[in-house]
Amino acid sequence: MQYLFLLYANEGGWQQLTEAQKQQGMAAYTAYTQALKKEGVLVGSNRLQPIAAATTVHVADGKSQVLDGPYADTKEQLGGYYLVDVPDLDAALAWAARCPGASHGTIEVRPVWPTQNA
Amino acid sequence: MAQGNGDGRARDAAEAVARQSYGKLVAFLAARTRDVAAAEDALSEAFAAALAEWPVKGCPQNPEAWLMTVARRRLIDGARHVRVHESASDDLRLIAESLDAIPDGSAMPDQRLALLFACAHPAIDAGVRAPLMLQVVLGLDAKAIASAFLSSPDAMAKRLVRAKQKIREAGIPFRIPEREELPARTDSVLDAIYAAFAEGWTDPAGTDAARRDLAEEALFLARLAAELLPDEAEALGLLALVLYAESRRRARRDASGEFVPLDAQDRLAWDIAMIEEAETLLRRACALGTLGRYQLEAAVQSAHVARCRSGQADWPAVVALYDALFALTRSPVVAINRALAIGETLGTEAALAALPDADERLGRYQPYWAARAALLARSGAVAQAREAYELAIGLERDDAIRRFLQQRQAAL
Repeated sequence: MQYLFLLYANEGGWQQLTEAQKQQGMAAYTAYTQALKKEGVLVGSNRLQPIAAATTVHVADGKSQVLDGPYADTKEQLGGYYLVDVPDLDAALAWAARCPGASHGTIEVRPVWPTQNA
Repeated sequence: MAQGNGDGRARDAAEAVARQSYGKLVAFLAARTRDVAAAEDALSEAFAAALAEWPVKGCPQNPEAWLMTVARRRLIDGARHVRVHESASDDLRLIAESLDAIPDGSAMPDQRLALLFACAHPAIDAGVRAPLMLQVVLGLDAKAIASAFLSSPDAMAKRLVRAKQKIREAGIPFRIPEREELPARTDSVLDAIYAAFAEGWTDPAGTDAARRDLAEEALFLARLAAELLPDEAEALGLLALVLYAESRRRARRDASGEFVPLDAQDRLAWDIAMIEEAETLLRRACALGTLGRYQLEAAVQSAHVARCRSGQADWPAVVALYDALFALTRSPVVAINRALAIGETLGTEAALAALPDADERLGRYQPYWAARAALLARSGAVAQAREAYELAIGLERDDAIRRFLQQRQAAL
């Protein structure tokens, strides 16, 4: 099954880190990504730019409304994702717990809707 | 007449299989697809078919295998007809694989433990784990479960449906957890079984059939867990605890239905076989060397039994057990019982000092006020004791206990 890990964390926290701490943080993510690849479970992953770069679009009555900012203003923001392919929820939760984001934020684990791919 | 007997026999046979094998059949049918609801539907059709066919053709040699064959055929037919669900072909393949894995005539593997672990998975809302187990392992319907848990049948049915969807859609595995996770995951299985038992236990008069039955069903689950996890000390501890409580069920009421506190109970009304079984289990659990909440609570029960039997109380040992329990659980309920035990060793003043303050939750908890009232009465603070009894009486649901508290209040 495929699971999407949505990484939520307070963006402000990252900006307060020293350069050395940021490098250490990045290295932890790199190591984690490598571990997922080595295990053959990584489908995709990306880090997102801060919500200051976000724009929302909604179409109503044929007119699109474009707004500056994220969809929802929350204490923790979506900062990136991993898409993994593992046998079951337990395996997914075990991988999510190893993600550095689980320690400085929260990870939502969502099963991907199954599609006909066979 | 003969037809009637056949009907009766078929129904008895079907009920016996339902009781013994329901969970086994659900676990087997749903293990690969994780679709508990589909397995239950197929199984209920199989039971309906049995009630139609067995009176005419006689009960099959192996009713369990007969039901499984019919249920799995229904399951495959069902999966074929589902077009909207895109993974139907996957389901079909999984069902076919799981059926091929078992040669005809051999015993069906018992996957109930894996089913229990799925029901008590941390991804399932803690409040619905006990109802879910009662339904999928024992086949209780939502209405019976709702009445035992003081919930509306509609709301309970919805929560059960949602939980089953979660198992399927989130991919919760039917698997016994790895060694390092096993203790924590076992705890959540045991906690759910205990919750089911506690719900059943709150009707001490045994007048509410749904609740009384629930305690019996919970005892069945506790037995199952202890049987399937023979090396987990806490599984044995929980079964011991449930047996100690059950052994005194009849003694909790006198002939006229009045509440009888432990010390005044007629020991001849205790179920000695259950107590002996509990003592043996507790010894086995202790020998395994991993202490836990249920073993400690069972040990307290064992001390109470020994006191009532011999007249010799070992209150310091009881206080020590509650100390350990409190260190482990930080439960305010444990703190109340600990304070009462301290009353027997260090005296009433120490007991009152050990009693926790009434926070929002404890303030609504009848045994808290009953304990406070009893201690205040003993210390001579009559007015305060009367007030505490008043609060306890106002919070009690059970008529007989209310009367008992009123008598204590009047005797001040």
